[in-house]
Amino acid sequence: MGILEVKGINKRFGGLQALGDVNLSVAENTTHAIIGPNGAGKSTLLNVLVGKLIPDSGSVMFDGQSVLGRKPHEINQMGISRVFQTPEIFSDLSVFENVMIPCFAKRDGAFRMHAIESIFAERGIQEQAEAILEDVNMLEKKDMIASSLSRGDKRRLEMAMCLVQDPKLLLLDEPTAGMARADTENTINLLKEIRQKRGITMAIIEHDMNVVFSLAERITVLAQGTPLVEDTPDNIKGHPKVREAYLGEAQV
Amino acid sequence: MLGLEKKDFRLLLIVIGLTMFAPFILNPFPEGSEMAQFNAGYPDLMQRFVIFGIFAIGFNILFGLTGYLSFGHAAFLGVGSYAAVWMFKLLSMNVLPAIILSVIIAGLFSLIIGFISLRRSGIYFSILTLAFAQMSFALAYSVLTPITGGETGLQLALDDPRILGVSQTESGNIPVPALFGLEMRSSYELELGAWLFTFNAGYYLAAFFMILSFYLAIRIFRSPFGMMLRAIKSNQTRMSYTGLNAKPYTLAAFVISGMYAGLAGGLMASMDPLAGAERMQWTASGEVVLMTILGGAGTLIGPVLGAGMIKYFENIFSKINETILHGWFAFLPDGLENFVVALIYPFIGKGWHLTLGIVFMLVVIFLPGGLVQGGQKIMGLFRRKKPEPTKPNATEPAE
Amino acid sequence: MDQFILQILNGLDKGSAYALIALGLTLIFGTLGVVNFAHGALFMLGAFVAVTLSNVLTLSHKVVDETRTDFLGNPMQVDVPYVHDWFGVTAGNAIIDWAVPLAILVAIPIMVLIGFAMERGLIKHFYKRPHADQILVTFGLAIVIQEIVKYFYGANPIPTPAPDAFVGSFDFGVAFGFDPNAIIYPYWRLVYFFFAITIIGAVFAFLQFTTFGMVVRAGMADRETVGILGIDIDRRFTIMFGIAAAVAGLAGVMYAPISSPNYHMGMDFLVLSFVVVVVGGMGSLPGAVAAGFLLGILESFASIPAVIDLLPGINQVIIYLVAIIILLTRPRGLMGRKGVMEE
Repeated sequence: MGILEVKGINKRFGGLQALGDVNLSVAENTTHAIIGPNGAGKSTLLNVLVGKLIPDSGSVMFDGQSVLGRKPHEINQMGISRVFQTPEIFSDLSVFENVMIPCFAKRDGAFRMHAIESIFAERGIQEQAEAILEDVNMLEKKDMIASSLSRGDKRRLEMAMCLVQDPKLLLLDEPTAGMARADTENTINLLKEIRQKRGITMAIIEHDMNVVFSLAERITVLAQGTPLVEDTPDNIKGHPKVREAYLGEAQV
Repeated sequence: MLGLEKKDFRLLLIVIGLTMFAPFILNPFPEGSEMAQFNAGYPDLMQRFVIFGIFAIGFNILFGLTGYLSFGHAAFLGVGSYAAVWMFKLLSMNVLPAIILSVIIAGLFSLIIGFISLRRSGIYFSILTLAFAQMSFALAYSVLTPITGGETGLQLALDDPRILGVSQTESGNIPVPALFGLEMRSSYELELGAWLFTFNAGYYLAAFFMILSFYLAIRIFRSPFGMMLRAIKSNQTRMSYTGLNAKPYTLAAFVISGMYAGLAGGLMASMDPLAGAERMQWTASGEVVLMTILGGAGTLIGPVLGAGMIKYFENIFSKINETILHGWFAFLPDGLENFVVALIYPFIGKGWHLTLGIVFMLVVIFLPGGLVQGGQKIMGLFRRKKPEPTKPNATEPAE
Repeated sequence: MDQFILQILNGLDKGSAYALIALGLTLIFGTLGVVNFAHGALFMLGAFVAVTLSNVLTLSHKVVDETRTDFLGNPMQVDVPYVHDWFGVTAGNAIIDWAVPLAILVAIPIMVLIGFAMERGLIKHFYKRPHADQILVTFGLAIVIQEIVKYFYGANPIPTPAPDAFVGSFDFGVAFGFDPNAIIYPYWRLVYFFFAITIIGAVFAFLQFTTFGMVVRAGMADRETVGILGIDIDRRFTIMFGIAAAVAGLAGVMYAPISSPNYHMGMDFLVLSFVVVVVGGMGSLPGAVAAGFLLGILESFASIPAVIDLLPGINQVIIYLVAIIILLTRPRGLMGRKGVMEE
């Protein structure tokens, strides 16, 4: 029984079958990659997991509870954090505020009317925020406005915002998309470190096979909205069906 | 001090100082002198300064922090005024219960309107608030006449019950609003040489409430709640994927700013016990938008400055007429004098709205942080000879 | 039945104005993605083009009329409009009489130029700014335009009559077999309605049948793709802004006889027109037109005494009420497209 159990998910957009009978099980304490050619339904699946899309049928269980029908913020409160393809951060706020906000969300829940307390008096939250910035090597940038960060730093900041919530499952949507080689290496190392240090379960959607094979412990291959195979990286590498799926894409 | 950081506390002290000594500061010119017309230290105007200051501080909590642009906030001010006048009619002429009721009623009213309007964002939100406010205005003007007094407005009458007070004074007049016997209209006049200073009870009551409002606004700005509101403005997607529900936060901000508007409305009625529908019209809502943005949306002191500036212009600047202008430029040769006067005249006096519109546009285009940002830029210029690189958080004007 | 027809007719002229303004608003919003709070001011400027033209046409010079004397027995001076000198008395009078329709010819180039100037000088810089900033800066612009007009024309409404030929009312009742005077409708309002239909038809035909219009429509549907095709969409959008300004201006010109122009008439119409646009669906041209007429007619039905007795005040709030209900139940409006300003 995995921490995330997806069973028989179907989703149609008009005449297009975006997801057809998707089953997926992400075991606790592993890194699970979901790969597949363009249009395979990876993003649709991800959006179902975080509550942005509601599937036509099927069930998604996380940690023994159903995810379906819940709003994104409720799903996050259940313990799923998401890293976006292009970092979604609070760009008008300082780096420090960016990481304080998830700390508050973790402590106080989806809403709390703490309108009179001062941020400066929240020592516990501040220490937490400083600790996570230290972990991602951004402490010296804590007073910078987030929009002025470099692309790589924005990515790290977003990662820090997710990690500080100590999620049970971290979803990563193409974390190295559009990155230079060196940045990609850094990100891989950062993710490996997170995996080892914190033991957070991760589900990664990725295009870059290099990233996938250096991180994943299990891989699910999606093609045309259905899972083709699920196996260990070594077995996936030479799998004929996988080759076919990717070659098929190349020919189109 | 008072749970504030040093810098904020200093700002609060400055605001307290300015409001307490306003009767002096606003009356710099001796009575009877040519410049006396620029004195703004008379009770009526000073009251308006602080009351609109409250209105703008409240509006800024919504717009400045969350970025939700409401074009219907005057409705809450109007409702507050009506509530206060009804309190004067039914209960007593004491202003305290009237003000409390106006805050409560405006809060409830904004809860309903906010709950519905906040189901949409962006321009749809602006138009929903506009529609609600215009609807309230139209209803107050017509059907609700028994409650609102319709076109003539809601006024006190000699046969009002006033169960805790008297219907009429011994001399047969309508009693005046007072705070436990201290009449709002009562003033103490201090003559110092050629100068005349007026200390008005109503002004000081309103000023007290403005300082309180300002203090609360600082606390809200510096609270986790305030940070959440800024986060909503910055990125709602990240907000919800961080496990935060933006809706109750925005609604709370909406209701708080509605209550500020109600307070302003209640105070307005306390200074002059009548309430009219025109206070709810969308142009009145537009005015508070102008004040907040002119002064600096999202800054603490900006809205107060904006409110003060607009009210000063409306009441003082607008009085400058052609004769006065000719007086000023009399030193010029005749032809040039007429030319200069003709050039300036459209922008001042009755044409002050034109100046306001132009200044407002310039602020929106070049100074999204309003006059406060402008002031900071100038300060930076003096400090290091070179303008401080604009903070990246301030939205840069396009191109 | 006659009541019914009468109310529909009554709704048409206001509905026409709503539809024309909303059409321009939607053109600007759909093409440039800009929320233009100064659009009402363009409508008002149009009305003042009519006012100005009738002022200009009646410009006169003093002439001594030997046949008449004043009370001192001196020959009397009379004002003679210049147009009398140029075209003769009969033709001159006809020109003065037809000032409002003639103003259309003047208004088109003026309004197009104003539109260009506005877009190039101001709006262009706000494409990438938040919608709130666009609303604010155009709101400021509207105030400035209003105040300039107020400075030159004063605050009072200026009666601007329609040509004599259109004074009076048409008796619809007789035409449709009802009692005489059961349904009477001023000629000019009828003219206004047909004028609005013509303009709306022209704009739609222009968008439908010209290459220019095709590109603009494609740009409205998907700006980025059209941009990729290497088509200079910006220049076309500038022209669209000019057209939208002209549409608003013409709506104003012809509205001058219906309601005497004053400097704040634009704002009064703007608020309602925005509501119309939202009801029709932001970015949908047919939606804007349909909602304009629909709301105009609804408003007129809500003004029937029997309805007011039933629901007091309904005539004052009907438009807002409809807008609120539509916005909450169909956020995209009657005919709005998916994805327009949903975030």
